Amino acid sequence: MGWQHGRQVQAGDCIRTRSPSRGFAVTAAVEDSPRLGSKRARRDVLLQSEAVQGLGLISPTFLYAVVFLLAPIIVVIAHSFWTQHYLTIDRTFTLENYRIALTEPIYRDLLWRSLYISLTVSFLTVVFAYPIAYFISFHGGRHKGLWLFLITIPFWTSYLLRVMAWKVILGYNGVLNSGLMGLGIIDEPSTALLYNSSAVIITLTHAWAAFAILPIFVSLEKADRTLVEAATDLGDGPLRSFLRVTLPLSIPGVIAALLIVMIPTVGDYVTPKLVGGKDGVMIANAIQVQFGKAANWPLGAALSVTTMVIVTMMALASVFIIRSAARMAR
Amino acid sequence: MPERPVADRPMIEITNVTRSYGAFKALDDANLVIREGEFFSLLGPSGCGKTTLLRMIAGFDNPTSGTIAVDGQRMEGIPANRRPTNMVFQSYAIFPHLNVEQNVAYGLKRLRLDSAEEKRRVEEALGQVSLNGLGKRGATELSGGQRQRVALARALVMRPKVLLLDEPLSALDKKLREQMQVELRRLQQAVGITFVLVTHDQYEALAMSDRIAVMFGGRIAQVASPKEIYQRPVNRQVADFLGGMNFVKAEIVEEQNASLLVDTLGFGRIKTDKPKAFVRNGSGATLGIRPERLRVLWDDSSAKFEVSGKVVERHYFGEITHLIVEIPGLEKPLSVTETNDFGADDIPVGSSIRLAYDPEALVALAD
Amino acid sequence: MSGLRRFLPGRSWLGAYAAIYVGFLYLPVIFLPIFSVNTAATPKFPLSGYTLKWYEQLPHTPALLDAAWNSLIVGISASVLATTLGILAARAITRYRFPGRRSINGLIMAPLVLPEIIVAISMLLVMLQLGLSLSLFTVVLGHVLICIPYSMTVLISGFEGFDRSLEEASADLGESAFGTFRRVTLPMVMPAIISSLLVSFTISLDEFIIAFFLTGTEATLPIYIWGQLRFAAKLPGVLALGTLLLVLSFVMLSIAEILRRRAARRTSNEGGLYA
Repeated sequence: MGWQHGRQVQAGDCIRTRSPSRGFAVTAAVEDSPRLGSKRARRDVLLQSEAVQGLGLISPTFLYAVVFLLAPIIVVIAHSFWTQHYLTIDRTFTLENYRIALTEPIYRDLLWRSLYISLTVSFLTVVFAYPIAYFISFHGGRHKGLWLFLITIPFWTSYLLRVMAWKVILGYNGVLNSGLMGLGIIDEPSTALLYNSSAVIITLTHAWAAFAILPIFVSLEKADRTLVEAATDLGDGPLRSFLRVTLPLSIPGVIAALLIVMIPTVGDYVTPKLVGGKDGVMIANAIQVQFGKAANWPLGAALSVTTMVIVTMMALASVFIIRSAARMAR
Repeated sequence: MPERPVADRPMIEITNVTRSYGAFKALDDANLVIREGEFFSLLGPSGCGKTTLLRMIAGFDNPTSGTIAVDGQRMEGIPANRRPTNMVFQSYAIFPHLNVEQNVAYGLKRLRLDSAEEKRRVEEALGQVSLNGLGKRGATELSGGQRQRVALARALVMRPKVLLLDEPLSALDKKLREQMQVELRRLQQAVGITFVLVTHDQYEALAMSDRIAVMFGGRIAQVASPKEIYQRPVNRQVADFLGGMNFVKAEIVEEQNASLLVDTLGFGRIKTDKPKAFVRNGSGATLGIRPERLRVLWDDSSAKFEVSGKVVERHYFGEITHLIVEIPGLEKPLSVTETNDFGADDIPVGSSIRLAYDPEALVALAD
Repeated sequence: MSGLRRFLPGRSWLGAYAAIYVGFLYLPVIFLPIFSVNTAATPKFPLSGYTLKWYEQLPHTPALLDAAWNSLIVGISASVLATTLGILAARAITRYRFPGRRSINGLIMAPLVLPEIIVAISMLLVMLQLGLSLSLFTVVLGHVLICIPYSMTVLISGFEGFDRSLEEASADLGESAFGTFRRVTLPMVMPAIISSLLVSFTISLDEFIIAFFLTGTEATLPIYIWGQLRFAAKLPGVLALGTLLLVLSFVMLSIAEILRRRAARRTSNEGGLYA
């Protein structure tokens, strides 16, 4: 009844707006147009009661998010325009923190590296994840649920433990080195494996894999299978029907996957700290220092805001490029 | 089983009921009296307002204006759980976490009967719908037909004054549906409760109901017995919805209170009843005749009223044959249904035939 | 059809790729249990011998027991609160249409896509501004925030497809609004609620960053592990602890998934075996 109700309202409204001429004036909606005002009001009351119930029900959760997420973010933004004087905060407006964040070489480098890492990781994750999502959706058969469960399970387990596992694998005396030496491939442990940005990229690509698979899988599931059959029927080979039908239909999932990986990874703290070494330090480590040892909250806030703004811009640009590419492919 | 007489006492009174969603009126000024012990059907295409009306009687929706009374008591402000009505939902809404018995006993729990009495009433209800012995069956282990019976038992066990049925047969396959039509009618006759059925299937409504209200676009077009609705539809829309109908253009020669004298090209001058809803629009009128009211006349026979024409199409349907016959002067060929016991299925396309008709069967229709 | 497929990576190629991929996903995680039963103190090949001594040491580490107790308290509080708030919001989203529905939902789900460090430092700032001293309580507040989106996802999939006519049928049979909730709604969504509790508990149990920023002197298990990582000699003990946490998470998530599916199956009021 709910959706039907919605459709009826739409239909009525639609008829009303489309009927300046008497041609459409046969509908009940138009016959009573003089009394429309009062009816509208009554509908508003009715809608309100549903709206009031819904808003009332969601308000505790909503307020929680406002108090502990929205308000804090506003506080962070405010701090980014203030100055730290030892233990007190000077609340006169200044852009000095942003100047430091954007021009000091150390922060600029960290920011660039973080963006480079998150961009690389998100593209790698999506590229690796797509065939899996495709396989499960098209060939998963009765075991779709099992496949999804298998793939998601490692990611529900502790992130810290997974990063730690990579440290064990990539370490100087770690699994990979000792394994390769045992097989006689290398003579002494390689130092190239751990404590650099490649290690960070490998670890993060592994850590976020499932988050990329799910949105792509969902968008592929939604795609009507008969569309592919229709494309084949109209003469497209498998590759062409994939490029012209399946891939464009799954673009929303690809975009969602890209964003869901790109934005959180830019601010990752644990991975660079554990496997990044000096060359793998990212912006989150600098932010942590400002809120910890350095005790310069405004600068930490400005770094956070800058990171978020730039990663958002990068995300939007990626979305734009993918959409245009998809349009061209058609 | 003799037909149970319908008392002439109103059970449901719908007075000037309108339900609007903004500018759209799902139900527009409906007036209707449903009698005690009656099997009443609300028939119409989807979106005609029949379900809206049913849900307002049940208490799941409220009129924008107008009143609904059940058994003399006005229903405004009375929530669904305190109305003397019970409903069989289109989806049956069988509680999936309860077994058959628990489903049927669901409403009784509120009445705090002693356990023996509760058990007796559940058994009785299960018996009424021929589900004896299935009480312990889980809700998810039931077939479509069984789910429907559980929904019926669950409502009947409450001994409602009115049982509301929202397209209860639409989820069943054709054969089961026809079987359930007979059973539902039999059940209603046995328990004597007022049944209000919503359906879009004209044959279902015709087969089960004491009376039918035909609805279009939020308005009630006609309320009458199945026979009356079928044979004397008030307008083209009703006629069309209730099965095949040949429409014949006519010129009005004379209009009286209860009758019309008209000239037609194919059928000549005819006197016919004038329906109440008939509104004269210039001198033109439309007459309607059902395909089965035209009979094929064989070589030697003749009739007082007949037309002749040429067979242009023939469609075979097993027990009947459908003929499309061109009549000189008529702008559209007539559709004729003839049973096959006399060889109608052998009439060659292109042959000339004569058709007999009863002038009574030609009804004047409002547009 | 199969002839045409030859040009695309076919079913078998994709299947092989999928198998390798799953291997890649599990491989790092599998090293934790392997080296946790290895006699050597450093994780390297070849394995030196089987032992359970690292596990035997665990119960004799008071700091670890404290951390485990703290994690339990935080996990239970956070999962109960997050699920309660999740139930309200999931019910509102699946049942009502109201203005601002999408943006409110967006805000509630936002922690899912925000870098955790941003969530952590903004909460930290506000807590300190409000003069709240950092403690397990502030950790709970933070964990509730990040658990709600996951809880909502689980609950919405349990509530969705809940045939509204079931509740109407209950009202029609004379039951009050509260009675309907108790006798129909609650039993049907119970598996989803338990599933949400388990998922939230697991997330809280494993969460590091927010706990790291928002806790005072009390450590949760991940913070304890973080502290131990500095000492190479403690690594086997950490691996043993990590293995236990992995097993616990795996068991709870499996139960959660089974319950979520049962809830989803229950609420879809389509016929059973025959219909």
